[in-house]
Amino acid sequence: MEVFVQQLINGITLGSIYGLIAIGYTMVFGIIGMVNFAHGDVFMVSAFVALIAFLVLTTWLGIASVTLALFIVLIVAMVLTGVLNWAIERLAYRPLRGSFRLAPLISAIGMSIFLMNFVQVAQGPRNKSIPPLLSGEFVLMGGSGYQVTLSYKQIMVWVVTAVLLAAFWWLVSRTALGRAQRACEQDQKMASLLGVDVDRTVSITFVMGAALAAVAGTMYLMYYGVISFADGFTPGVKAFTAAVLGGIGSLPGAVIGGLLIGLVETLWSAYFSIDYKDVAAFSILAVVLIFLPQGLLGRPEVEKV
Amino acid sequence: MRASPAPALLEVEHLTMRFGGLVAINDLCFTARRGEITALIGPNGAGKTTVFNCITGFYKPTEGRIAVAHGDARLWSELDALTLCGDRKLTRPDGALFLLERMPDHLVTRQAKVARTFQNIRLFSGMTVLENLLVAQHAPLMVASGFTLLGVLGFPSYARAERAAVDKARHWLALTGLIERADEPAGALPYGAQRRLEIARAMCTDPVLLCLDEPAAGLNPRESAALNDLILTIRDAHNTSVLLIEHDMSVVMEISDHVVVLDYGVKIADGSPAAVRNDQKVIAAYLGVADDEVEAAEAEVGL
Amino acid sequence: MSPNGATPLALRAVKDAAIWGAVALGLFVPLIALQAVQDIRGELRLETRWPLLVVLVALVVAGSLLNSLVITPWQERRARAAPRPDGSAGRFAAGLGRWFPPFAIGFVTVFPFLALWLVGFQGGLKWIDNFGIQILIYVMLGFGLNIVVGLAGLLDLGYVAFYAVGAYSYALLAKEFGLSFFTLLPLAGILAAFWGILLGFPVLRLRGDYLAIVTLAFGEIIRLVLINWVPVTNGYAGISGIPRPTFFGIPFNASDSGFAAVFGLEFSPIYRSVFLYYIILALALVTAFVTVRLRRLPIGRAWEALREDEIACRSLGIDTTTTKLTAFAIGAMFGGFAGSFFAARQGFISPESFTFMESATILAIVVLGGMGSQIGVAIAAVAMIGGTELLRELDALKAVFGREFDPTQYRMLLFGFAMVLIMIWKPRGLIATRDPSVFLKERKAVSGSLVKEGHG
Repeated sequence: MEVFVQQLINGITLGSIYGLIAIGYTMVFGIIGMVNFAHGDVFMVSAFVALIAFLVLTTWLGIASVTLALFIVLIVAMVLTGVLNWAIERLAYRPLRGSFRLAPLISAIGMSIFLMNFVQVAQGPRNKSIPPLLSGEFVLMGGSGYQVTLSYKQIMVWVVTAVLLAAFWWLVSRTALGRAQRACEQDQKMASLLGVDVDRTVSITFVMGAALAAVAGTMYLMYYGVISFADGFTPGVKAFTAAVLGGIGSLPGAVIGGLLIGLVETLWSAYFSIDYKDVAAFSILAVVLIFLPQGLLGRPEVEKV
Repeated sequence: MRASPAPALLEVEHLTMRFGGLVAINDLCFTARRGEITALIGPNGAGKTTVFNCITGFYKPTEGRIAVAHGDARLWSELDALTLCGDRKLTRPDGALFLLERMPDHLVTRQAKVARTFQNIRLFSGMTVLENLLVAQHAPLMVASGFTLLGVLGFPSYARAERAAVDKARHWLALTGLIERADEPAGALPYGAQRRLEIARAMCTDPVLLCLDEPAAGLNPRESAALNDLILTIRDAHNTSVLLIEHDMSVVMEISDHVVVLDYGVKIADGSPAAVRNDQKVIAAYLGVADDEVEAAEAEVGL
Repeated sequence: MSPNGATPLALRAVKDAAIWGAVALGLFVPLIALQAVQDIRGELRLETRWPLLVVLVALVVAGSLLNSLVITPWQERRARAAPRPDGSAGRFAAGLGRWFPPFAIGFVTVFPFLALWLVGFQGGLKWIDNFGIQILIYVMLGFGLNIVVGLAGLLDLGYVAFYAVGAYSYALLAKEFGLSFFTLLPLAGILAAFWGILLGFPVLRLRGDYLAIVTLAFGEIIRLVLINWVPVTNGYAGISGIPRPTFFGIPFNASDSGFAAVFGLEFSPIYRSVFLYYIILALALVTAFVTVRLRRLPIGRAWEALREDEIACRSLGIDTTTTKLTAFAIGAMFGGFAGSFFAARQGFISPESFTFMESATILAIVVLGGMGSQIGVAIAAVAMIGGTELLRELDALKAVFGREFDPTQYRMLLFGFAMVLIMIWKPRGLIATRDPSVFLKERKAVSGSLVKEGHG
């Protein structure tokens, strides 16, 4: 029981990170129907930006308050990653919009390879680890020798995720921007005829997805304390899996899918085998899709004859 | 009019199709006879295409039976026995009986020999006209190629079969006036030619029943008249009966032997073109007036 | 251009350049100007590279100006000048289809001797092995995936799984049972095809991106199993000492019964490389030949029809399930052949060789080549694989950037960048036209704009 609760806590933390990345996939897919394969690497770049911003703040400027430093790091990472994704969309995807379906996918894969190797060349191939932050924890359940703990870091991940998701939810469901996004999702041509600036809406979508990935990147760096240039791929694929599992195109689906993948992974590691945790996550995906081809919350595709 | 009615080819009984709460077809019964052109007409949204999708296996009907008989008409007496035993087909040397609602779509075409066209033309647009017609002869060519194995090894039997298939395609290209465009991509043909190609492609599957979903839609009067001739040729010279959805009444009234009228998923009339034309309910359905105002409406449109 | 028209163009160009310069500055300050370096105590500290930042931002600004002042106007002029008539594709493509294959086959047949003659035994080994064999492996993989993606229109992101199945089948069976390469080659292909069907079955109902992600997941699952099933696969450490192919029983080694000794030649590793080169060349040619045949058979036409319109296929009596499965199986089989050759050539395999990067590279070759075009796939493989191998040769750049400059680091960076550029340049691939499989009077290539790309 204690083990289960502990893994639940760990799983939700990991799942929040996946969920944040998954939203980027699902939003971009919803609006222009492409799988943004570079998104995992955008996440990785954001963690590097956060790392460097953190180092600037602590070693150069000597800011002592960890909370303040984290807050600034988060803002810097979100802004710069947003700019990065804006630039990627303009350079690598916009010229291919409306063309052959596989062309943007290949372009995105190329971009993913580029970003990964760019960071490797610019920042070096070795793992970068930061000193542990916020190392306190609450003991929730004692007894029988196994302590269930909830660390400050986990609380931070939960709170930041929840706050940003709420803000994001408000943005896409209550503002004119969100309405424009939904209009572009339905029919870009019609939306542009009705005065929606499609290019701008798509750009903003990429910026928003990147900002959420930057939140995930910052949280990932703080939670695990280590990042390397190759760390974009696996979380990226897992988050994509989460987005598809939840029903690609569906925002709540992405969060639910992320939490599910996070939980499956941690529970599997705890009870079965840590080596096969990724196999478990991918198998769940395959099984769910075979029985529920549109994902958990996706709209069923009606076959029009 | 023939003296005695031809034997039935297709028997649709108590066909009902619901999508969630929406009843698209409600308890529809009708018969299409051998050697006849049966037209299925009705206002927009009456459920005509849904009937086609049920017959050709694309939809599984909620209720009802759809049967096709080849060969000896006496096979129809076995229909209830076949339905009870749970099989989907009964084959005898003198003919065969099929329960279409139990068959997957590709077997409806391959075994029960019911072919169709689509309201929104569905050609293989990146393949040439000739290739489109060869894809339609997939099943026999597959056998001739030894399920690919002999074909890869270059056995001559496949080359012979392919030549025969090209000959059949040429026959249909000549009939549809497309022979000059055989090597052009199907997607580059003008609209009317695409419609004709789709019919030719369906005919290359050697059907006993051809289901045409609005073949005259978007055609000009000259093309429409040519289409009439083509459909009559199919009926008379190729031993294929036709089931037709059409809005163009000049086509329906001129060539069909039998008309079934649907409105809101329910059959409202069934008979010869002349009888249906004068049916009060049909006129009301098309003109959208209550039954007692029909006469006034008729006078207005000059019927 | 009138002076009135010129000013806004220049003004816009400057504005764009300023925006891109600012973007580059914003991104490069943290990522390039500042570098997180671990010191001796393992703590991170920052090092600065301001001059490099200035150079790179200047490059970005220059690139933006070049694009808006030269490239874009040139493209617009060209687009206005020659509106290509639609439908009938260029004669050039049709001509290419006729003269290119014999020429290419002739060239690759004499290539090893050409290389030996031009650069001698020492340099020739590199050209035959790193370039010839490496490229041909990818040509073969490209041909195999082309069946699934290019012809049947099913997006498969996990193709490397079948390559791995072939490689491990050969490695394990050859080491366990001592069977020869030529016995195991077909067996590896059949095993891979079997896995193709096994993995194909559950995913047949999925379409488009769902299919893509599940195939990616299967590729990853197979790789993870290879990593973790240590008793059989030896995990990360991989399998070494895999038996190499022999020349009708004569091994290629320095012993008295070795190839060199038997034929009275001086021992050199080059003989094995030339032999391997001809094996993979034969395999690639067989693949190409079989694919050409398949396209003219009903199964091949059914694949292409499936790519064009699945519903119409069903209405014509085509069983789409078996049609898709055969595409998966035959594509997988060729992947399996390539895999077992790879294992035999390397003598060592590990899960490292079967990452998603490989699947992505093969898919890029297929898309870049022009979906469905075998000539395109071959050219794309030469460009992508040969190109990245050439980047290893950039030692000359050390003279420019100093001795510490390591050009191989930039190999994958440029590879990724090239993928993006090529897609923007030719989104439909190098050879976008489709060659019809049969004709009545005249073979006319079909314009790429009419060919669909499939939904699965």
